[in-house]
Amino acid sequence: MTLSQQLITILICALATMATRFLPFLIFSSRRETPSFVQYLGKALPAALFGMLVVYCLKDVSLLSGSHGLPELMAILLVAGLHLWKRQMLLSIAGGTIFYMLLVQLVF
Amino acid sequence: MQTATPQRKNSKSLQALKLAFPKTIPILAGFLFLGMSYGILMNVNGFSFLYPLLMSVTIFGGSLEFVCASLLLGAFAPVQTLLMALMIQARHLFYGISMLEKYKGTGWKKFYLIFGMCDESFSVNYAAQFPKEADEGLCMFFVTLLNQLYWIAGATLGGLLGEVISFNTKGLDFVMTAMFVVIFLEQWLKEKKHYTALIGVAASVFCLLLFGRDSFLIPTMLCMLMLLAAFRKPIEKAGGLS
Repeated sequence: MTLSQQLITILICALATMATRFLPFLIFSSRRETPSFVQYLGKALPAALFGMLVVYCLKDVSLLSGSHGLPELMAILLVAGLHLWKRQMLLSIAGGTIFYMLLVQLVF
Repeated sequence: MQTATPQRKNSKSLQALKLAFPKTIPILAGFLFLGMSYGILMNVNGFSFLYPLLMSVTIFGGSLEFVCASLLLGAFAPVQTLLMALMIQARHLFYGISMLEKYKGTGWKKFYLIFGMCDESFSVNYAAQFPKEADEGLCMFFVTLLNQLYWIAGATLGGLLGEVISFNTKGLDFVMTAMFVVIFLEQWLKEKKHYTALIGVAASVFCLLLFGRDSFLIPTMLCMLMLLAAFRKPIEKAGGLS
């Protein structure tokens, strides 16, 4: 690839990203009333999307080989437990991450 | 804010920055680490640090930047690049639909809020509850800006230093998983019924098993859309959607 071809490749990636981020705001501008189905989606989607993002983070975990996803499962249980107990976001995240690092570095 | 004196405006920004920063601490750890891994990858492949710098400023989307790194090593294929980028980034369409209300009326900040709406900025800005007296738009602006600065710093540093840095960070990337688990849990606790959260998890797991890890996001989005449309009545009747 020449330098200009590289720059065009990067530009295409940037423009595609901007398109997916800006499109909903361009279609449903604040001047017109947003269709009620889209309003409903705006409220119903986030919880589903957070679930999707958790699964997305775990997509490379193999249940059939290696450590069978055990460190991930244990660390997630700790994160959830800590969070239900103290409701301190940073504590839950730091606790779970340090525990996971210890597990994959020392145990598994 | 024409009446505000420069000083008062300053203190307002400072207050928003102070409220925004704590929300971004997990991302500071995650992005420095992931950004560095990405910068190191570019460095090892023979690219100057200017590449990860340019890409983290203009694209600002981690997963696509990793893919773009491998695209840059291959033959020039603009159409394939465009299709791949659109597929990887399609989930942002749903983030946008979710943020239509929240980003309304944020004035000059709106453009950047949308430009910088990566997975993490969307999640934190959606879930964060800033105090009533604070300028919510400004707080969300700083969350987005800080997140991008962390990513740029990590990517550029990795690109500059390459493999010089070696410390035992194995497992640190779990910080992002932990953050999404906490945000998911917070949302779960806020809602009386959990139909939509369950739809999200079930659709993702089902499509991951069916389509594999490299191409399950788009089927998952379609699945969620169909299920949310099919069960609109019971979901709305159950109420509790914030």
